[in-house]
Amino acid sequence: MTNETHSLTNKSIPLYPAKTKLQVTIIFFVVLGIYIFSMAWTQRDMVSGLSGALGNMYRVIEKFFPPNFSILPDIWNALAQTIQMAIIATTIAAILTVPLAVLSAQNITTFKPLYYLTRTILNLLRTIPDLVLAVIFVGLFGIGIFPGILALTVFSLGILAKLISETIESVDMNPLEAMRASGGNVFQVIWYALVPQVLPQFTSLVLYVFEINIRASVVLGMVGAGGIGLVLNQQLKFYNYPNAMTIIIVIFVTVLIIEYISNKLREALL
Amino acid sequence: MIEFKNVGLVYPNGTEGLKNINVKINDGEFVVIVGLSGAGKSTFIRSINRLVTPTSGSLLVDGEDILNYHSGNLRKLRTKVGMIFQNYNLVKRSNVFKNVLAGRLGHTGTLRSIFNLYSNEDKALAYESLKRVNIEEKIYNRADELSGGQQQRVSIARVLTQKPKYILADEPVASLDPPTSHQVMTYLRKINKEDNITTIVNLHFIDMAMEYADRIIGMRAGEVVFDGPVAEVSEKTFEEIYGRSIREDDLRGGAEE
Ligand SMILES: Nc1ncnc2c1ncn2[C@@H]1O[C@H](COP(=O)(O)OP(=O)(O)OP(=O)(O)O)[C@@H](O)[C@H]1O
Ligand SMILES: [Mg+2]
Repeated sequence: MTNETHSLTNKSIPLYPAKTKLQVTIIFFVVLGIYIFSMAWTQRDMVSGLSGALGNMYRVIEKFFPPNFSILPDIWNALAQTIQMAIIATTIAAILTVPLAVLSAQNITTFKPLYYLTRTILNLLRTIPDLVLAVIFVGLFGIGIFPGILALTVFSLGILAKLISETIESVDMNPLEAMRASGGNVFQVIWYALVPQVLPQFTSLVLYVFEINIRASVVLGMVGAGGIGLVLNQQLKFYNYPNAMTIIIVIFVTVLIIEYISNKLREALL
Repeated sequence: MIEFKNVGLVYPNGTEGLKNINVKINDGEFVVIVGLSGAGKSTFIRSINRLVTPTSGSLLVDGEDILNYHSGNLRKLRTKVGMIFQNYNLVKRSNVFKNVLAGRLGHTGTLRSIFNLYSNEDKALAYESLKRVNIEEKIYNRADELSGGQQQRVSIARVLTQKPKYILADEPVASLDPPTSHQVMTYLRKINKEDNITTIVNLHFIDMAMEYADRIIGMRAGEVVFDGPVAEVSEKTFEEIYGRSIREDDLRGGAEE
């Protein structure tokens, strides 16, 4: 009797089964191998490139200074366009997200085919990079703010619907059951038991996506989707580096201000 | 009247939740269902408002077989069968009044309820229900600011606002301490007697079952193994239902001294 308990405490019981341990070890070494290989590979190209780049850097940076602030009055309009693009796209995406997020939440959409269909559409949507979207829409509708808004809407819809459907999947299902038990229909159950649980998270995520959209809309502008990115691209093309520098500073400050405001709002919410 | 006729329920994974149940529950009765964990008490109760659907037999509520009900009928059934849960199931971020008004959902159109357009009668009824369980001073508190016992009283008020003909309560006191448990059970019985609402409660405390029930149904492994008025029940009955001798933790204790 005492012998048995003794042997039990002596032979330490592993936390994970031996098979799992072996698998994890193999995966670890495979990943490590890939890292070492790719480091060796890129080093070959980088070492020569690096010394050249350092030399170039000084010459390039020199060209950008001093920034030409006299163009400031001419870029407000483009900046306003960029912000408008982000606001409109975020708003449309936030509205369209609601049905999509509900349909792609496993705990609400118990009809499996519908759930898998929406999931798949959203996954496909997310695989398209925002730049590709912008190029496609600019190709379809020509240069301007409209294709930019479309690209941003589709892009942020993918992110937002995914994040919000995950929030929905983590809610407390008990109140939903109570609403169903008292005779509420699907819409009433969602409105009364689900919405109050996800609303703070929803607002916070929409603000977060808005921040992403401000930055993305600058980049999209560079491929012709309107706004300040478009102006920046033109100045760079004509080698007006001091003008470009002013625009870069303005973008930098704008992004900082908007992130600050949005952070404060989100803090207040949660 | 609720009538189980040869009702059986097999869960998708093959577990038999109910086996050939034949029970008739008369209007106005206060029935307590007892049995060990896994005996099928929840399955029994949740069949009545079709949160689960029996796979054989027929289940009559007011003379109609509810087993072939679909969305429209189902909503109507659920408006007349109120339910109380072990975990209160309130919307924690909403205030007490909104939680209680949710009891009117089954009686209210979708648009009206979404825009909070409840009639004055509905609001008065909700307030009246809060008063009946003495929690009206918490009307604008958020539900998660209340203690467990207070939350369960709010959930009783929600059911009262529903104006049901039947109340189902699945372990309503399992998460509460003894004095609060007795308070909640006292409210349930008072409502049962005053409004003549048929009440079916799952409990696993023997002493509470004896104190509040008119009639006790004992379940074991999905079957009804005892059914009779409380006067016929003794400690031996429980030993037969449970298939073992009575222990300390089968008793809630704390009855009014
Ligand atoms: N959704 C489900 N799927 C499969 N089996 C289930 C499901 N719900 C319950 N069961 C099984 O059915 C049987 C009866 O469960 P039920 O919940 O009705 O018991 P109970 O008497 O309410 O127990 P407790 O006192 O623990 O709440 C149990 O064996 C349980 O494991
Ligand atoms: Mg149960």
